[in-house]
Amino acid sequence: MTLPSAAGAATTAPATPAAVRRRAKRRATWRRRATVALFLSPWLVGFSVFFGYPLVMSAYLSFTHYDLLNPPRWIGLANYRYLFGGDFQAEVWPAIRNTLWLIAFLVPVHVLFAFAVAVMLTRAKWGVGFFRTVFYLPSLVPPVAATLAFVYVFNPATGPVNTILGKLGIGGPLWFNDPRWAKPSLGLLALWGIGNTMIIFLAAVLDVPKHLDESAQLDGAGWFRRLRWVMLPSISPVILFSVVLAVIQALQYFTQAFVAASIAAGQASQAGSVSTLELGYPEGSTLFYPILLYYHGFRFFNMGYAAAMAMVLLGVAFLITLVIIRNSRRWVHYAGAVR
Amino acid sequence: MKRVAVALVLLTALAIGASFASASPTQAGKPAATTLTIWVGWSARELSEFKKVVAEYDAKNTAVNVKVVGSINDDKIIAAIRAGNAPDVVSSFTSQNVGIYCSSGGWIDLAPYLKQDKININIFPKATQYYTQYKGTRCALPLLADDYGFYYNKQLLKQAGLNGPPKTFDELTAYAKKLTKKNPDGSLKVVGFDPFFGFYQNTAGAYQPLFNGRYFNGDGKSSLGSDPSWAKFLKWQKSMIDFYGYKNLVKWQTGAGDEFSASHAFETGKLAMMMDGEWRVAFIAAEHPDLQYATAPMPTMSPGLYGAGYINGTIIGIPKNGKNRDQAWDLVRYLTTNNHALATFSNGIRNVPSTVSSTKSKELKPDPNFATFGKIFTNPKSQTIPITAAGAAHLDTFQSFLAKWQSGKVKDLAGGLKDVDKQIDAKLKQAGAGGTP
Repeated sequence: MTLPSAAGAATTAPATPAAVRRRAKRRATWRRRATVALFLSPWLVGFSVFFGYPLVMSAYLSFTHYDLLNPPRWIGLANYRYLFGGDFQAEVWPAIRNTLWLIAFLVPVHVLFAFAVAVMLTRAKWGVGFFRTVFYLPSLVPPVAATLAFVYVFNPATGPVNTILGKLGIGGPLWFNDPRWAKPSLGLLALWGIGNTMIIFLAAVLDVPKHLDESAQLDGAGWFRRLRWVMLPSISPVILFSVVLAVIQALQYFTQAFVAASIAAGQASQAGSVSTLELGYPEGSTLFYPILLYYHGFRFFNMGYAAAMAMVLLGVAFLITLVIIRNSRRWVHYAGAVR
Repeated sequence: MKRVAVALVLLTALAIGASFASASPTQAGKPAATTLTIWVGWSARELSEFKKVVAEYDAKNTAVNVKVVGSINDDKIIAAIRAGNAPDVVSSFTSQNVGIYCSSGGWIDLAPYLKQDKININIFPKATQYYTQYKGTRCALPLLADDYGFYYNKQLLKQAGLNGPPKTFDELTAYAKKLTKKNPDGSLKVVGFDPFFGFYQNTAGAYQPLFNGRYFNGDGKSSLGSDPSWAKFLKWQKSMIDFYGYKNLVKWQTGAGDEFSASHAFETGKLAMMMDGEWRVAFIAAEHPDLQYATAPMPTMSPGLYGAGYINGTIIGIPKNGKNRDQAWDLVRYLTTNNHALATFSNGIRNVPSTVSSTKSKELKPDPNFATFGKIFTNPKSQTIPITAAGAAHLDTFQSFLAKWQSGKVKDLAGGLKDVDKQIDAKLKQAGAGGTP
């Protein structure tokens, strides 16, 4: 009988229990990872195909001259130079200014109004279900239909709003046909459709711990102090969420402005041979950044330039969101969070 | 094993039977007709008129079966060409995009087919020849045309003691002032003539042949600021707006009635005179047959230009990835050069037949109001708008400036027009070469 060599012992000897456990653990870990990947795969595929690929392609196209039919031609930073050079003063800056108006005025008003309606609905003594439905219902109306209805209702000559104002002795404005009133008119349309934001606020307000409110009340805090020091801190994550969402929606604001401008200008019904279009009727007041981007991409078939505009928009949206979120650390309170 | 063998025999028998069945038409000497698909922009009534014309072609050509698809716009055409599933024949209302179609090869060059069939391009008027090519590549042909003339309400003119249409801008101004009526509150009841850019068919491009304004100079640079006729025209236009009052006029327009409905302001007597395309004749016949109106060429800035007008129209071509090019060409040739087809379609939708000879076709339904547009179409001074690499982008830039001009926000017209020139030059350079100005 010969003794096995040391090397032979290493290869043929049964593994130690610790090694077996390690191998089994590794196998289990891989199995778990594979299972997770399998379950994630529908999202991963969707994300890659419908988000990742278009994003990468847009970034590439922004450095090309591309008219949709000829192959893209690499032109380096020319699109960006035109964006911040020749085209900036003429069209880009007015479009940015209009979009900033949305962020500066419409977003705060939208969030405040949704919050105010939510608070009122929590205080209602009767007809709570009815009023919740009434305030939520407009958000179910398709944006195009809602805009058409608003342009009709606010028609300066034949619309019911100016007819009623006229009977009260007030000469109504030209609404969607006046550059000073077109954006506020769109604002009214946005406020009419606050349903989604309102319902989130409603859930948040109802979720404010009762004991905190009662304690403050016992300490003699009035309505405003309880709002300021109890309710607002409690719902601050929801406020942050609503603000970020509203800002992103403002940056992408398109359908309502496009439809309202087309209808008010009478361009929606024009024959195809009429080729001239006033960008952002009336007088550029509703020319928002995404609308300008759309015109370049799908009216002038200048897709490379439109892609450059889209990349700038992406960067700006990212920056604004970052600023809001960083700033939010000072005023957003998460229940149970350790600071 | 036995069952498997039986099954195999049965399957073989079925397969042989099926192959015989599928082969039977050719064996009977009846080859299946090729399906040709044509995309057009027309819809509703106009689409059904187009289908009637195509049905005649279909009946004469048993080798093809034409399928017509309506309500198509340029986005869909480009998407289909990109995706490689374009139809055999396409048509577009936006002739300004011919620059993109021809330069990219998205629509194939028709010159070899025209040469092969010995078709002289001069059968089409000059303006239509222009908007169906780009830099010498003819990738499209005109399929009926639109031109713009003057409509006036005979009854309102008679009531105001005016005889016949005005022929110059000065006369037009005087007529318009005389025909305008106001409500007791000062709002406008009847407008004489409304030259507001953006209202109905009012665009600077549609007025341009009336004063022979130049869009571009010899170097290809925008010349809106350097050609004095533009400023002269714009000052006349603004004086008309000021006569009504900007806000008054905008308010009147919002209640003037939708352009393509029976409530159109001219058809309902709220507008005494207007510039419009020839198609309005058919609309009036269908919607207000009792309206007492007449047509004439638009008044012009100088008498020498009287009779001219703006021309535009539908273009038709063959996309690069259409499958049956020769059959497609045969259909395109029939639709664009056959006088019977053009006259039939023109009678149906009352657009101008697009060859010189078809405008004189005896098949055209006689109508003096429509005949005016045939004369404008063949007038040598009639013009269309320039085709550029930027499509309609330069016109939109100009239109945005004009919106500010007519509202009174532009104090320095000459300076403003020069700025527009710079913007257009930059835009064309960017669109054409992808470079920065």
